[in-house]
Amino acid sequence: MTDTARKATPAIEHREPVWGYAPAPESTGIVRLEDRYGLFVNGGFVEPKSGKWFTTINPATEEPLAEVAEAGPEDVGLAVDAARDAYERRWRSLPGSERAKYLYRIARQLQERAREFAVLESMNGGKPIKESRDIDLPLAAAHFFYYAGWADKLEYAFPGRTPSPIGVAGQIIPWNFPMLMAAWKLAPALATGNTAVLKPAETTPLTALLLAQVIQEAEVPPGVVNIVTGAGETGAALVKSSVDKVAFTGSTEVGKIIRRTIAGSGKRLTLELGGKAANIVFEDAPLDQAIEGVVNGIFFNQGHVCCAGSRLLVQEPVFDVLIDKLKERLQTLRVGDPLDKNTDVGAINSRVQLQKIEELVASGIQEGAQMYQPECVLPERGFWFRPTLFTGVSQSHRIAREEIFGPVLSILTFRTPEEAVEKANNSPYGLSAGVWTEKGSRILWMAERLRAGVVWANTFNRFDPASPFGGYKESGFGREGGLQGLEPYLRLDGGAA
Amino acid sequence: MTDPVERVPVKRTAKLFIGGKFPRSESGHAYEAYAHDGRPLGWVAKASRKDLRDAVVAARAAQPGWAALTAYNRGQVLYRVAELLEGRRAQFVRELTDTGAADPERGIDAAIDRWVWYAGWCDKIHQALGSTNPVAGPYFNFTLPEPTGVVGIVPRGDQPLLGLVSRLAPAIVSGNTAVVLASETAPLPAVSLSEVLATSDVPGGVVNILTGPTAALVPWLAGHMDVNAIDVTGVADDLLPEVERLAAENVKRVHRAAEGDPFSMDAQSPYEITALMEFKTVWHPIGV
Repeated sequence: MTDTARKATPAIEHREPVWGYAPAPESTGIVRLEDRYGLFVNGGFVEPKSGKWFTTINPATEEPLAEVAEAGPEDVGLAVDAARDAYERRWRSLPGSERAKYLYRIARQLQERAREFAVLESMNGGKPIKESRDIDLPLAAAHFFYYAGWADKLEYAFPGRTPSPIGVAGQIIPWNFPMLMAAWKLAPALATGNTAVLKPAETTPLTALLLAQVIQEAEVPPGVVNIVTGAGETGAALVKSSVDKVAFTGSTEVGKIIRRTIAGSGKRLTLELGGKAANIVFEDAPLDQAIEGVVNGIFFNQGHVCCAGSRLLVQEPVFDVLIDKLKERLQTLRVGDPLDKNTDVGAINSRVQLQKIEELVASGIQEGAQMYQPECVLPERGFWFRPTLFTGVSQSHRIAREEIFGPVLSILTFRTPEEAVEKANNSPYGLSAGVWTEKGSRILWMAERLRAGVVWANTFNRFDPASPFGGYKESGFGREGGLQGLEPYLRLDGGAA
Repeated sequence: MTDPVERVPVKRTAKLFIGGKFPRSESGHAYEAYAHDGRPLGWVAKASRKDLRDAVVAARAAQPGWAALTAYNRGQVLYRVAELLEGRRAQFVRELTDTGAADPERGIDAAIDRWVWYAGWCDKIHQALGSTNPVAGPYFNFTLPEPTGVVGIVPRGDQPLLGLVSRLAPAIVSGNTAVVLASETAPLPAVSLSEVLATSDVPGGVVNILTGPTAALVPWLAGHMDVNAIDVTGVADDLLPEVERLAAENVKRVHRAAEGDPFSMDAQSPYEITALMEFKTVWHPIGV
């Protein structure tokens, strides 16, 4: 080697580019926040009788965004009364064809104002703008559009029965997909002729309150939709109120409390609760595709997903290569500003959730699993957690059993398909599962045996208004989405002669 | 010349039906059943909490195999039960008469017809109530109902045969297995049904029938962690809150059929089958 060449080598290394990304923040100018948001009752925003307000923040900056009313039992009662009145006077007897038009209006307005909603969703919840923009909002609008069309076709959905609405639905939604969950709850309830009182999660009330404005502008009759903001106590008041049906999405722990609370009341109930989904990769799987599915399965929305693929089951022959590829892929994930269009993993939704994730991750280390986290710089303010992998996980570890609801993947191995089924089903949960293999017959064999309400084969975390979603076992009961998602909001009395 | 000896009839011992066998209660207890007019009808096994747990174990063991039968096969097995019921018609008429049923003949006829009606659903429920779903993307997406697993059943005690069949048949056609609490005051038609089931091709453990103190057993059924769903149609109103509270522990599905004329065609519905099923949705990409 010549001297010149020897000298050139370090120079080339020196010039090796750093593949950084220039900031590409979405403008927040499209969002006009008010200082204070009252409760949305009987078609208007009202001050809470409770006299209480709370501050909602941006979890990426910890900056306050607005003051929001905290509904007490009296406020909840007034909202339920308004919903009852709207149900009795107007909505139940309005022909389905006319109900449909209101829902179509909402769908159209959501499409029209999608960017505004997406930005606000990311500001209030911490999720990456590319997700709120490309997934949450389009799906929310699609959900209203889909169920709008059912409103005047219900007799075709339930042959031999005469479907009729239940009455007033009390609906409690979580903070991980605030707008999408509002759509999942309101669209089928309204399409079937029920009226609703919706309680958004305390950390993410803002898009629901913006939705209230859309509902006003769509001229939905007052009282058909009421939105009461607050925390657990507000939710408890709603569950205990005179609603005819309770629909809850959230933790299994709270779901059980709700079940006990309304025991013997005759209230109808659907629960969409926690999960600990197995994402199963066979040795013949298209590995690069599978890696994308695994990453999407657990890091989508910071892992704040009840159906997240939080347990990766890898067939032993491909374990080493898959782990290497996965670690490499994790290095490319961009963690940071949710409003940056390049961000893959945004902010953890709240300090409380961050502490819960940290506690479970600490248990993983303490119980002997091996942790891997990519190097990445986290912002100084806000709530953040690095994408995390655990190998050496056994089925008895807490990180293999408990829902972490964060960007943390527990990896286990298996040898035979039977063992994969056994391990996948070894959970009190049963919300979703994933299977990766090129063999069609094996996919169907696995899909038949996995005790989960949704099975994604060679894909993961896909959602659609036409596709029913919901759990087996302690992941809840009832379905949301699709034809089957109508049933929880209907009486199916008689009809067959 | 001696008098002709009068033949002594052989009396039945009414036992529990667990895992295809007829054990006595492990507790050693039995209770006396009476006809509506007060005539004693004999002793009946008094199931204990342990018997109930044994029944759940038997139901759980039998469930995967029962669900794995082809729907056609399950339909034939259940149809055969109706054949055997028809053959024992006179016995059921007698037993229903003892319970004071207004029209015992109509009672057994309706029970047999209901059983045949539900048996025919085995290979149709998926087509009638499943779906393929037009998702907005290149995916094949379908939804099928699947059995929920082990189902606890509390039929109405005042309809000792038709009430039981109306709850049991829709529970098992889909591949669930069942633990049934028979009418406490009129248990004999249920005991006879268990004898029919035992001599049919229904695998042991698919149906388990317990006679005994319903109110004392229901909470143990409702709280059992290995029971997936409970049909509380026959649970007394004052017991229902406690049952639903206990059912919360493992997020048990709780189903209560609407009140109504049990003889009406409205009393049978495919939605009674899916009430004890889960909907599973499967996604797969479409591509080359």
